[in-house]
Amino acid sequence: MKLRIERAAAPFWMRPLIPILAAITTFILTAALVVMAKANPLEAYYHFLIAPLSSRVSAIEVLVKSTPLLLTGVAVTFAFSAGYFNIGAEGQLYAGAIAAAWLGVILEGLSPLLAIPVMLIGGFVAGMAWALTPALLKVKVAVDEVVTTLLLNSVMLFVVSYLLNGPWRDPVSGWPQSPEISASATFIKLLPRARLHLGFIIGLLAIIALWFVLSRTTFGLKMRATGLGKEAARFAGINVNRTIILAALISGGIAGLAGVGEVAGIHFHLIDAISPGYGYTGIIIAMLGGLNPFGVGIAALFIGLLTTGAQSVSRALGVPAYLGDVVQASLLLVTLGAFILQNYRIRWIHSNALSPPTTGGLSERETNSGA
Amino acid sequence: MLAVQMRGITKRFGSLLANDQVDFALEKGEIHALLGENGAGKTTLMRILYGLYRYDEGEILVDEQLVHITSPKEAIQLGIGMVAQHFTLVPPFTVAENVVLGYNDRLRFEPSVAQKQVAEAAARFGIETNPAALVSHLSVGERQRVEILKALYRNARVLILDEPTAVLIPQEVDVLFETLERLRRAGLSVIFISHKLNEVMTVSDRITVLRLGRVVGTVAKASTTQAELARMMVGHEAFGVQRPGQRQQGEAQLRIENLSAFDRQGLPTLKQVSLEVRAGEILGIAGVSGNGQAELSHVLAGTLMPTQGRVIVSDQDLTGASPTRFLAASVGRIPEERQEGVIQELSVSENLALENLDDFTRNGVLDRRRVRKHAESMIAEYQIKASPMDPMRTLSGGNVQKVILARVLSSKPRVIIASQPTRGLDVGATEYVRNKLLEQRDQGAAVLLISEDLDEVLALSDRVAVIYEGRIVGVLPAPEVSREQLGMMMAGALEGDVREITD
Repeated sequence: MKLRIERAAAPFWMRPLIPILAAITTFILTAALVVMAKANPLEAYYHFLIAPLSSRVSAIEVLVKSTPLLLTGVAVTFAFSAGYFNIGAEGQLYAGAIAAAWLGVILEGLSPLLAIPVMLIGGFVAGMAWALTPALLKVKVAVDEVVTTLLLNSVMLFVVSYLLNGPWRDPVSGWPQSPEISASATFIKLLPRARLHLGFIIGLLAIIALWFVLSRTTFGLKMRATGLGKEAARFAGINVNRTIILAALISGGIAGLAGVGEVAGIHFHLIDAISPGYGYTGIIIAMLGGLNPFGVGIAALFIGLLTTGAQSVSRALGVPAYLGDVVQASLLLVTLGAFILQNYRIRWIHSNALSPPTTGGLSERETNSGA
Repeated sequence: MLAVQMRGITKRFGSLLANDQVDFALEKGEIHALLGENGAGKTTLMRILYGLYRYDEGEILVDEQLVHITSPKEAIQLGIGMVAQHFTLVPPFTVAENVVLGYNDRLRFEPSVAQKQVAEAAARFGIETNPAALVSHLSVGERQRVEILKALYRNARVLILDEPTAVLIPQEVDVLFETLERLRRAGLSVIFISHKLNEVMTVSDRITVLRLGRVVGTVAKASTTQAELARMMVGHEAFGVQRPGQRQQGEAQLRIENLSAFDRQGLPTLKQVSLEVRAGEILGIAGVSGNGQAELSHVLAGTLMPTQGRVIVSDQDLTGASPTRFLAASVGRIPEERQEGVIQELSVSENLALENLDDFTRNGVLDRRRVRKHAESMIAEYQIKASPMDPMRTLSGGNVQKVILARVLSSKPRVIIASQPTRGLDVGATEYVRNKLLEQRDQGAAVLLISEDLDEVLALSDRVAVIYEGRIVGVLPAPEVSREQLGMMMAGALEGDVREITD
């Protein structure tokens, strides 16, 4: 008896089960770590997945955590759809945050009805500006955008560090944080006694906009054509370079909005830890969501849940909060692996059984032909 | 004394008969040319001898012993070496490393020892090479010598060269021929695959001509002429499709003047081509593949920038213009590689709309109903076996070509550039595509047909231009052309003296 791996798509009913199977597999894989941290795995997973949703405060916190992830997930999906691998959402997010911290101060006294749109536009433009150089290098001199966008993230951290330790350092406390933004530039709260802010609505709108652009507009078709077959798109008369630059800029702009939301909705000033890697998590969300707008939305909410759950596990069971990161990372690896493995199936081949007629006939003839 | 004998070799790929009862004999110490058009079965036969393909019928003898070659490894053990068209060298490695790679199976590798051994081997066969040089620094001709040395280092006594001159500049060809001559004198046997008559007549002792998978004959060089070889190569069959009647032709719609272009490697491939295609005529470009046809079609599709010359479409200068401008000037383009024309993961309806997206757009929003309706009518009109939302990748080659044809013809182009429009299609699809092109011509389109299929060129064209090494070596009215003449011109044996005087 022999094992053979064949290429064959999973049956359609199995597809929705794949993320669930992946989650179960992940929890089995990470159970050993939970036991080593001297906790009961089942109890830990209850706190991971169920507990955050069982109280109003933590359920809202899940949405708060998802807010920047919705936007960075959309940002990355936008660029990836056009075949432009923007790894720089993190830096573009900070560019938006810088713009928001600056505009939030100078817009003091303006009506919020004016101040907030200006903040959003400013953050969008800042994100676009930070995304412009890699896009131009890609199109004009074929420099790989993965490298340039990634490296610009580090550059951005130094820019932020310079601002916070130099011109923007808080004059009163001396802390490395920018002055607080004015009340008129602050995002409105969606619910009483909770941190959930306007950014969440913007995130949901971004998902809908992403869906509309990709599947309903001509530009979206040009983007997809460019991403799926650049040479054929060029042959058909699509201005591939223009499409790539536009996709890269819009992607940067949306990532910039995530930065605006964190400044105007959560922190109210710029600090260097404004993002614990939301830009990078956006890549993961885009992949988990299969570059599908609604998949991206669900993935962002799920990662928001896991992030909140990690804190809950840590509080309730005294295990390190890092365990949450380990579970999150394992889940991503398993899910991505499952997406690939669904294209294969394993078959038992009985050595005494007859081979399938087509291949059998061929190999039979081929061995004979040598004689 | 025969080095290799192949008897009654038959090889089928599905329904295609690539080799049909082929007999081939190679004597010791001779250079034997395998001559034939594209698809004549030359490479298939040699890949069988080298163990890359299994054969369905027949037998092979090496040194008059019956052998069963099932892999290149076994072929090498029998003293057979092959230099393929696409080299199999590792560019960052040195010459010596490449030569011994896979042959020296010892655990330890001593670069200086390997270099010494390779230098000795090179000296023994009179092959000029520097064993310490990196392959990435070598020219194409030098790389080819490394490939030959690689085979010789493995004690090859029979050397197969698959179109070795296709990639070489003339000076390198001379060096190659000197090398082959030296090997022959050293007692080696060489099989030289080619479709160029002058080369075959220069270098070989005997010539076997293949056509459509069968041996036409084997002749000694001394007792044949280029004309006879050309006749053997192209055959005498009647044309498959009725030649269309002469029609009233209009103004020149496409004018190409002194057009030159480089290929992807940056080598000059298209050289000062001048052509004119009038409304209501099909101008066929005949030629063996790789003589500049791909570059010509890319320039005329707007995807390759010419280095010289002009492209004029109905008084509009489109030299180096983008695909969009070619489309705007009513130039329809059927690409050589179908995958260049369609996007596999998009739907049939999206692919059908791709060239005229503006017609389907209102305020930036895609009018999906119109895209779908357009697809439905195209599918009905062109008998495409697919539904509008099917992903392109699920379609057969013939249906993919029909999608491209529908996209091109639905915009009623005044000029059509058709590159290899029936390559790889079955009989039914081929006939369909050819009839569509004739229909366009009858409706007054100017059609430039680029094809390696001589029958196709002769069956469809009003005039035939022959391209050889990037130049047009002659333009002839189709009714007056003979296959022998075309064969000679395609193989570079006849040049210039039959150029048509236009107007």
